[in-house]
Amino acid sequence: MDLKNIYREIVNEHNLHPEHKCEIDYATHTKQGVNPTCGDDITLSIEVDDNGIITNAGFSGAGCAVSQASTDIMLDLVVGKSKEEAHQLIEMFMKMVHGELSEEEMDDLDEAVALKDIAHMPARAKCATLAWHTLDTMLE
Amino acid sequence: MDLSKLREDFPILQDERIAYLDNAATSQRPKQVLDAVRAFYEETNANPLRGLYAWSIGATERYEQARARVARFLGASEASEIIFTRNTTESINLVAYSYGLKNLTKDDEIVLTVMEHHSNILPWQMVAKKTGAKLVYMEPDAEGVLSEQELSKIGPKTAIVAVGMVSNVLGVTNPISELARRAHDAGAVIVVDGAQSTPHFAVDVTALDADFYAFSGHKMLAPMGIGGLYVKKSIMEEMDPFLTGGEMIEYVDRETATYAELPHKFEAGTVNAADACGLSAAMDYLEAVGFDRIAEHERRLTRIAHEAMQKNPHVTLYGPTDPDRHAGILTFNIEGCHPHDVASILDSEGICIRAGHHCAQPLMKFLGVGSTARASFYFYNTEEEVLRFAEALTKVRGWLGYGS
Repeated sequence: MDLKNIYREIVNEHNLHPEHKCEIDYATHTKQGVNPTCGDDITLSIEVDDNGIITNAGFSGAGCAVSQASTDIMLDLVVGKSKEEAHQLIEMFMKMVHGELSEEEMDDLDEAVALKDIAHMPARAKCATLAWHTLDTMLE
Repeated sequence: MDLSKLREDFPILQDERIAYLDNAATSQRPKQVLDAVRAFYEETNANPLRGLYAWSIGATERYEQARARVARFLGASEASEIIFTRNTTESINLVAYSYGLKNLTKDDEIVLTVMEHHSNILPWQMVAKKTGAKLVYMEPDAEGVLSEQELSKIGPKTAIVAVGMVSNVLGVTNPISELARRAHDAGAVIVVDGAQSTPHFAVDVTALDADFYAFSGHKMLAPMGIGGLYVKKSIMEEMDPFLTGGEMIEYVDRETATYAELPHKFEAGTVNAADACGLSAAMDYLEAVGFDRIAEHERRLTRIAHEAMQKNPHVTLYGPTDPDRHAGILTFNIEGCHPHDVASILDSEGICIRAGHHCAQPLMKFLGVGSTARASFYFYNTEEEVLRFAEALTKVRGWLGYGS
């Protein structure tokens, strides 16, 4: 997909109107992720209940549209999922970024699939994966 | 000579879809430079400085001719005052290790500006850490000028003044002669980072009274991996080697060694002779074009871009308000748009600009921004490219989802 279309169809909406860019009341995990080359700087907060389900998620920070949108899309995807499921989704996203994920498998990634082509741009892959890496270390 | 004709010399610029406006990062190379490198390998390739046969002697001659060419280009009095390095970063590291560590103590100060590229900051941080010397930063005013108060930070404790001649972000030219005078009055030496000045105007290190002058070939039409360092002879004579090993020795036994004569003492290992020939050809090329015409053309392009960008209500420009003081470098931000998104969007329009911190994080902090976008011009850029860039800028916010 043409880069401008990717922005128009997915990135802009999540960048300009991020649903999860807010503080959450009962965060059980909080972690900062920084991308030194771009200056992207996000802090993720999630609430995990006794059954290991992510029940709420929010983020703060600043960065490029790709990193901000990717963060919002990811949090959308993992709320309601178990830690294990979230971990699997992160793994799939990373595989997609490296071009190792089949079309069928991509369905599970929902909106995040739209970032496939951006993630292929070497200069922007780090922007797209920042939140996913950060969440991955939070769930360990 | 018609400047637009010169563009034909650059093979990569024949792709008219691309507007290359990232010249402060690296320039493009004309076929004359590429040919000179190729000619070295095809006609006289051998390890220079050692061989006793025709090819090696030929390689040595071309390498030393290139050194003499650089000396002439920079206004050095002797070819032996030029040390070939990989680039500006290596040149400044050489000064830091071979001069800084040897001569500085905990009572000394190293005076820099906050505008410096990381390559003119980190080597001094290293020297400060190892010797206990203190780093002192001069800060520019809103117009990029160092006030009398800032210049007076150069004082009795100063041992080294390290300043970029042209800021790679603000584009301003610092008053090197004045800084050199103050440094010398204080008994200090001045190290000039010439990475951004050497490509754009005639530099005379003798007239500037610089003690050290570092530059990169790749920003001035030459290949990547060749650069240089001018060192005033009286200072070079007192300096210890930077790297040690092959080619830089006179005599070696099991425990000790004596070093080769200047400047070979500072060029350890097999040298980059082919690219030195490329650098020599680049200097021939630039002088044939003429720095007056280069400056005039860049000034015209910068004025056009500057005027268009000022009309754009969402654009913030950094540096002097006078476009003529930008050395072809325009650093900016677009309201609500991260520079990396701006650069990606412009890339999809075939326009190459830089975005990020430009290896000048202390300056970014000083300006109160995380990162910026930067367009930088060279003599082969055209008015059409600049207008295409300015027009694309008016659309960036729309592409990033804003109403206007």
